[in-house]
Amino acid sequence: MEQTVKNPADGTSAYNFAYLDEQTKRMIRRALLKAVAIPGYQVPFAGREMPMPYGWGTGGVQVTAAVIGPNDTLKVIDQGADDTTNAVSIRQFFAKTAQVATTEKTAEASIIQTRHRIPEKELREDQVLVYQVPIPEPLRFLEPRETETRKMHALEEYGLMHVKLYEDIARHGHIATTYAYPVMVDDRYVMDPSPTPKFDNPKMNDMAALQLFGAGREKRIYALPPYTKVKSLDFEDHPFDVQTWEDECGMCGARDSYLDEVILDDQGNRMFVCSDTDYCAERQEAGHRGPQHHDQPLGSADRGKAAQ
Amino acid sequence: MTQTNEPLLRVDDLTMMYGDRVGCKDVSFELRPGEVLGIVGESGSGKSTLLRSISAQQEPTKGTVEYQTRIDGICDVYQMSEAQRRLLMRTDWAFVHQNPRDGLRMNVSAGANIGERLMAIGDRHYGNIRSDADSWLGKVEIASERLDDLPSTFSGGMQQRLQIARNLVTSPRLVFMDEPTGGLDVSVQARLLDLLRGLVHDLNLAVIIVTHDLAVARLLSHRLMVMQQGKVIEHGLTDQVLDDPQHAYTQLLVSSILQN
Repeated sequence: MEQTVKNPADGTSAYNFAYLDEQTKRMIRRALLKAVAIPGYQVPFAGREMPMPYGWGTGGVQVTAAVIGPNDTLKVIDQGADDTTNAVSIRQFFAKTAQVATTEKTAEASIIQTRHRIPEKELREDQVLVYQVPIPEPLRFLEPRETETRKMHALEEYGLMHVKLYEDIARHGHIATTYAYPVMVDDRYVMDPSPTPKFDNPKMNDMAALQLFGAGREKRIYALPPYTKVKSLDFEDHPFDVQTWEDECGMCGARDSYLDEVILDDQGNRMFVCSDTDYCAERQEAGHRGPQHHDQPLGSADRGKAAQ
Repeated sequence: MTQTNEPLLRVDDLTMMYGDRVGCKDVSFELRPGEVLGIVGESGSGKSTLLRSISAQQEPTKGTVEYQTRIDGICDVYQMSEAQRRLLMRTDWAFVHQNPRDGLRMNVSAGANIGERLMAIGDRHYGNIRSDADSWLGKVEIASERLDDLPSTFSGGMQQRLQIARNLVTSPRLVFMDEPTGGLDVSVQARLLDLLRGLVHDLNLAVIIVTHDLAVARLLSHRLMVMQQGKVIEHGLTDQVLDDPQHAYTQLLVSSILQN
């Protein structure tokens, strides 16, 4: 299937559909199929140079380019937000090279590319979540040898992962790893869920949507097929738990979403706001109000009531 | 303490060639539980090659290494699957390196270093792992308050003792030691040897210790193998070999130590 994007100036072809050539997309799809067949296993692939620097999502972009079709609707988030530089430029990249529809609404998207967050809204079977992964190897910081980490995966030697968690508790009194928190996939492979906050780890478990992970610099692809068992590693006497906040979202009053802290001035004033901008906007549209919403005077007596 | 006459380790006709050059040649011996075997010889005599081949780190050119496993009985270590072999190496066996930096994880605390083997065999209770690590720290004479310190803040002697604790935490039955006292000053060496001798006796460890220091060999080992140019030239009880050396080279080796 040869699809091209016409150069508007002279009608010649400017890009192949979704930037990558068909051979490359086929190569990536083969890696993806293998990754889906062996959940959590890191499949090497011949990652291409992309028109963006490593660390900006070259792996995720290649995976998206390989799975996207003309009828797809793309949403791109960075730190949960649709309007940050990275998210905007990747969205524009596909709008230009694949001429697909883009959206900021989680429910309307068929492919969601993300850097850190999993959207708060529950994903469906007809959606695909693509992660941009900086360092795919969860054992890397403890074992620098690639030959050794591969062997450890092959032989399920994962004691080392708990050494890191042990070290956390010894130093901080609790497991202080808050992002890239290692998970056990389908009782077989230990996987790095990329720099997602551990708040999102439980969402990965038994998710209806297909989850694909692309690491451009390290040239690895891995995947979680729908409804895969994903368990966060922990100790019997220090069970896994997620972050909690005492505050609510300043804009929409949500208490169940991942909140970012925003420093307001140098007097120690701060507010918390949903990291998932679409979730927050949707709640505000539905009439939910947080204490710092501009409709709501600060210190209002009925703060948070609208959220009921 | 269960003493059997079954050998724990049986090395038969072991030869390691590096191309045309001989690493070690035609080495055979048996080791019983609780027995300490010293391997001495000058550098380049094939001691370390032999140790690597016996400890399943380097497959020999010829010959077999058989080990009495706890479950499956006697097994050729080079015929096992890699998974089995690696499990054996981190549970029933231990390897103490000359340089503690080779045997320790320098970027995690002493407690995590000791606990690693426990976690590797499936221990998932932080409190238990920590108290085990703490008690092992005591056994190797390191103060409890150093439990959360990095090994890089330890002295050379402490690092070596930490390495020993880290290796012994899974109660191995066979320990390989490659010059465990090398690079330590004499008083620290003496304390380490004292500690090792106590542990070997209390835990009924079988040990193969490679050293070029005859004093270490005399203090620790029951039996001695003298190597020269890859071959075992003399083999016997330590006292016998050192006090009544038969081979010309052994005589030279023994007479080269300062006598008091």
